Amino acid sequence: MTNALSTPSPEIQKEEKALVPLLSVQGIYKSLGGKLILDDISFDLEKGQLKVLIGPSGSGKSTLLQCIHFLNPPDCGDVILDGKSAREMSRKNICSFRQEIGMIFQDFNLFDHLSAKDNVAIAPRKVKGLTKAQAYERALLELNRVGLSDKADHYPAQLSGGQKQRVSIARALAMDPKIMLLDEPTSALDPELIGEVLNVIADLAKGGMTMLMVTHQIGFARHLTNEIIFMEDGRVVEQGSPELLLDEYVNSRTALFCSRLTELTGR
Amino acid sequence: MNTWEFYTTILIPALNKGLALSIEIIIPSAILGLMLGILTGAGRAVGPKWLRKLLEIYVSIFRGTPLVVQLTMWYYGFPTITRFLEPILKPRGWPSFTWDIFMMQPFTAAVFGFTLCSAAYHSEYIRGALLSVRRGQFLAAESLGFTKLQTFLFITAPIALRRAVPGCGNEIIYLIKYSSLALLISIRELTGQSNHIASLYFRHMECYLLTAIYYLAMVTVATVLLNRLERLISLPGMGRAS
Repeated sequence: MTNALSTPSPEIQKEEKALVPLLSVQGIYKSLGGKLILDDISFDLEKGQLKVLIGPSGSGKSTLLQCIHFLNPPDCGDVILDGKSAREMSRKNICSFRQEIGMIFQDFNLFDHLSAKDNVAIAPRKVKGLTKAQAYERALLELNRVGLSDKADHYPAQLSGGQKQRVSIARALAMDPKIMLLDEPTSALDPELIGEVLNVIADLAKGGMTMLMVTHQIGFARHLTNEIIFMEDGRVVEQGSPELLLDEYVNSRTALFCSRLTELTGR
Repeated sequence: MNTWEFYTTILIPALNKGLALSIEIIIPSAILGLMLGILTGAGRAVGPKWLRKLLEIYVSIFRGTPLVVQLTMWYYGFPTITRFLEPILKPRGWPSFTWDIFMMQPFTAAVFGFTLCSAAYHSEYIRGALLSVRRGQFLAAESLGFTKLQTFLFITAPIALRRAVPGCGNEIIYLIKYSSLALLISIRELTGQSNHIASLYFRHMECYLLTAIYYLAMVTVATVLLNRLERLISLPGMGRAS
């Protein structure tokens, strides 16, 4: 995609033609309690792409992620993952649709009654039907990937915020998701713990994981992403590359919002 | 007969016999009550609306009426239902069969009555514990592809049961003491024996004092066991501080 200027070889051309977006969000509307939260949201996510979703609080970002995941089904519109429409799925298929989308929450949502290892292993065991030994093997692999193999037997209450968030990333990865949705993964963390989580996310991005991330870590995000989506009042207000939206000379809503964030936090 | 002889040959053997019978009633009532309570509590917390309504009615009746009334109803009242049913059914050509099915042995009636009452209270502790599980935990489970049932079995229930143990333990301790009401349906359990001996020998003070000590001992044993259970299932960050 990036070397579109050079003449592509026939092979690449063929590949590009076959390039259907991995995730396609089509015209999502959602109202909660009589208030319109999401107002006609559409965008695509290609394989290996990381898109960043920003916007003021109450703009519907978290609701959008939950709609994409069908945790909170949209009133209208569809989500198409790898050619399969979520709207047309039965309840049972929705569960397998969800397996293919990893979700990272702002407040981690680890299972309080399970150790780090079991937190990661339980879904492969119960949902995918792996044996205990296979699931543990996988869990240790994933915990190792996020740098926590020494904390496998710790319970959530014994982990720091950053460690909890890394366990939750390992938990999502153990299900081999095709895409990951990250809902402000560092917002609940102490400043000195943010780095360890961002490193893991950066590694994932480099590894080619397709991701949609809600974040206020603009500085971090602009280096990883090639597209920012700016939402306000349930609508996509601006959408484009970081250069287009964030450069000092650009007079965009996104830039205004981000400069206010930076003023506040000094980042 | 001197006092010592009264204690060793009459009072203590009688109370021991009563104690054995009390325990025979308490244990099945506690187990069945807890099981029914868990089902009722789960139904009230996560069941469909019609089930919730139905269980709500059950709980409000059994929590809202005195246990003495419930017990005497099961034992004395229920068999007489024949009198109300026969005039209705006979003219319509129903065969007149014996109504023994409504007759319960005192022991059965006691276990039945205690179970139903205890379950109504247990359900409240279970329901509270289930509702206290954070929404984020379900969201996380569902986002991993768990079905609603799997989420309940592997996530919600294990967390909620740990939180319900102190409350349910409390109810079991109540049960130990209200099991004494079985004497009203002609069961000579611990309190029944004590009553009997006291009125035969006019030694109320000693009889009831010793009975109180017996109950205190039972409750102490139960408390120790419940504490041990609580410690056994506690996890870092959940349950008692270790």
